Amino acid sequence: MAFTLYCLLQTAILCVNAVAVLHEERFLSKFGFGVEQGVAGFGDDPGVKAQVLTLIRSVRTVMRGSNEILID
Amino acid sequence: MDYTPTQSGFRQRKLQPNMRLRSPVDGLQGSQLFEDTSGAAHGLHRGNQQAGPQAAGLSSQSILSDPMSNMALAYGSSLASQGREMVDKNLDRFIPISKMKYYFAVDTVYVGKKLGLLVFPYMHENWEVSYQKDTPVAPRFDVNAPDLYIPAMGFITYVLVAGLALGTQNRFSPELLGVQASSALVWLIMEVLAVLLSLYLVTVNTDLTTIDLLAFSGYKYVGMIVGVVAGLLFGRPAYYLALLWCCAAIFVFMIRTLRLKLLSEAAAEGRLVRGTRNQLRMYLTMSIAAAQPVFMYWLTYHLVR
Repeated sequence: MAFTLYCLLQTAILCVNAVAVLHEERFLSKFGFGVEQGVAGFGDDPGVKAQVLTLIRSVRTVMRGSNEILID
Repeated sequence: MDYTPTQSGFRQRKLQPNMRLRSPVDGLQGSQLFEDTSGAAHGLHRGNQQAGPQAAGLSSQSILSDPMSNMALAYGSSLASQGREMVDKNLDRFIPISKMKYYFAVDTVYVGKKLGLLVFPYMHENWEVSYQKDTPVAPRFDVNAPDLYIPAMGFITYVLVAGLALGTQNRFSPELLGVQASSALVWLIMEVLAVLLSLYLVTVNTDLTTIDLLAFSGYKYVGMIVGVVAGLLFGRPAYYLALLWCCAAIFVFMIRTLRLKLLSEAAAEGRLVRGTRNQLRMYLTMSIAAAQPVFMYWLTYHLVR
């Protein structure tokens, strides 16, 4: 009940980390998010699932940006 | 006009210590420094003549009586103004101060009407925010516009009333005020983030800004305060009654306000529009409005025993 701002910060960091480490093959493919499946519809109704996938992908791109630079 | 007799008095007193200083120190440098600072004040124009020597006279009279301190004073004040410019420029990047000023442009009539609306929204008919050439009108002129004054004051009052309530139960200590404040702030931030996330997921094209959402989420503090005060004055049944009334009022208030902003125009007018997207939006509006009473109860039930 007694949440502090530091607790909120910890929660935010852990959540972002959790999104960043989701494994594509083992986990996300079961939900229909593969590396091949792109965002098909650019119409005006992306739908909740497409938005969730876009959000996950963008968070992972932002969080992994520096990693990819190091590996290459 | 008043200052001219004293002005000469100040000047006289100012000249004496400087004449004292001039003899031991290099006379040329001392006199140049002195003449620089007051000469500029004199040379500017007659209007400053009263203010300049008077200010210099005051400062020299109090502690500083040598021209180096005058220089240091001028340098320090220029540093301070530079620092202030830097702070203003950088603060504007994080907190948009010009946008915030819109939300605090309120007056007493608006606050009174808005508080009445938060407690009794059933008779109000026109919930639209009026615009003026694409920009929303300031809250002073439109009772439907969201503001940040009531949420801010409500938050602070909630923390104080929580301290009062805890004090009547002999559970008060000064740290608890900080705990209550940060806890309520965290819940507020989480609620705003959750609403933002759900708005993003449902792809609602709305002109609700983050600060608008913060304002709407902060309106529930009014109901919480009313409930807790009623509970303090009249006991637990009064607390439950007042909280129930305020919860219903906030629920209706949020639905009627958000309906115009989130739903498409046809659905907002009350006509049944089919389609999953409109249904989602409707559910979103209902859940945002329903979360308010939940938070109101969650944040106050431990205060009234």
